[in-house]
Amino acid sequence: MSIWEYANPVKFMRTSGAALPFVVAGAALCTVVGLVWGFLTPLDYKQGSTVKIIFLHVPAALMAINIWLMMLVASLIWLIRRHHVSALAAKAAAPVGAVMTLIALMTGAIWGQPMWGTWWEWDPRLTSFLVLFLFYLGYMALWGAVEDADSAADLTGVLCLVGSVFAILSRYAVNFWNQGLHQGASLSLAPGERMSAVYRYPLYLTMLGFFLLFLALLLIRTRTEIRRRRLAALLARENRR
Amino acid sequence: MKSLLIRDLRLATRAGGGFGLALAFFLIVCTLVPFGVGPEGGQLARIAPGILWVGALLACLLSLDRIFALDFEDGSLDLLATAPLPLEGAVAVKALAHWLTTGLPLVLFAPLLGVLLHLPGPAYPWLLASLLLGTPALSMLGAFGAAVTVGLRRGGLLLSLLVLPLYVPTLIFGAEAVRRGASGADPVTPLVFLAAITLAVLALVPFASAAALRVNLR
Amino acid sequence: MTELGKYAATVLAAYGVSLALLAAIIVQSVIANARARRELREHENRG
Repeated sequence: MSIWEYANPVKFMRTSGAALPFVVAGAALCTVVGLVWGFLTPLDYKQGSTVKIIFLHVPAALMAINIWLMMLVASLIWLIRRHHVSALAAKAAAPVGAVMTLIALMTGAIWGQPMWGTWWEWDPRLTSFLVLFLFYLGYMALWGAVEDADSAADLTGVLCLVGSVFAILSRYAVNFWNQGLHQGASLSLAPGERMSAVYRYPLYLTMLGFFLLFLALLLIRTRTEIRRRRLAALLARENRR
Repeated sequence: MKSLLIRDLRLATRAGGGFGLALAFFLIVCTLVPFGVGPEGGQLARIAPGILWVGALLACLLSLDRIFALDFEDGSLDLLATAPLPLEGAVAVKALAHWLTTGLPLVLFAPLLGVLLHLPGPAYPWLLASLLLGTPALSMLGAFGAAVTVGLRRGGLLLSLLVLPLYVPTLIFGAEAVRRGASGADPVTPLVFLAAITLAVLALVPFASAAALRVNLR
Repeated sequence: MTELGKYAATVLAAYGVSLALLAAIIVQSVIANARARRELREHENRG
């Protein structure tokens, strides 16, 4: 048994098809329970009910970054080992990542309005998320623009590599450029700094829920891409005949 | 390598090569901004560093698709790919030619526009220094974007979408250096960061660009 | 029903926007997948 077996599309389709119902169920359970639990938490003495936005904002932001990382790893696997499923998984992940980034940005704006008195502030974290969103847009646009499938996978893979370096670079450049309004890490392990358990446990649950949700969407979208690729291959073979 | 550089420079400076178009664009951007924000001198002076940097960046963007497009169409890019010169080297030379015909004129032109925008006196050396350090990175990153989009229809618009996010760190440090120079603060720190980014870009991006070109020539 | 205080509109807007976006990407994924599966099956049955 090795993970590379899943580079075979048939094997991937069989395994992902079997796993999908469980992932979907887990995602639905964790997300719904986590969000409802989060919605029912008591008011924060400083932030009032707006603290409830954290159960959307933080998991979405977490996934926005980690999905890009996953795309980077998948692109590297494609560029080095030429496994098609890997390239298609990177393609499938991008729109989900863009949506997560958008959720993080929009909940952040809605939350910032009453807390900071402004919808938008050129705060380092906000700004770097905006830049990350631009990278997602460029990546998806490039996938859409290149007609030959393997070339598209190669070019987007290279773009993902270069983009990752620059996304990190922008993150630190932006830090230099403006001091922020964001607080430090809310989930730090040092006692006394982290937030109370009332908020922490539902937050962990929604984080798990968003991760499973991403996994479910990733599987579905990768299966879509594999089917499309297979259909295109069949049509091409017929035309040649 | 030298002959490639000379050939590219000659093509770019020939009539119809688009030489000077970037300068005109830069001038127009810097003329339009006061119309947009009002003619008040103090306000213009405050935003001048940013306008000059953004203007230079957009002007640079304008001519990027020419780096490879013409050579791709007439097939000389295929020749370059099979030539003994490594493709990475050819990319670097082409980026250098782009910088010499677009970046360098923009740098030399910028102080003149700084006068139009009431840029404070002490900022001028830093404006020149930051543009001189930063524009090579713009050309090299642009060459990467051009390499990725070279075979595409409607590549121009996509090129901007791909390249502009890559310009963010350069823009931040470049404009920050000028801003600090204008206000009398110490502009050396952002300049050092800017130089570091440019050097890293010059060292690493040619490989990515050449990889993208090879894919597009397949 | 839970206590929302004076920020009720803010919280509800955040949940509304996020859930709408999530729903959009989920629906889009499922529909695209169903269509790809249908087209592939039709083609395989035909050929």
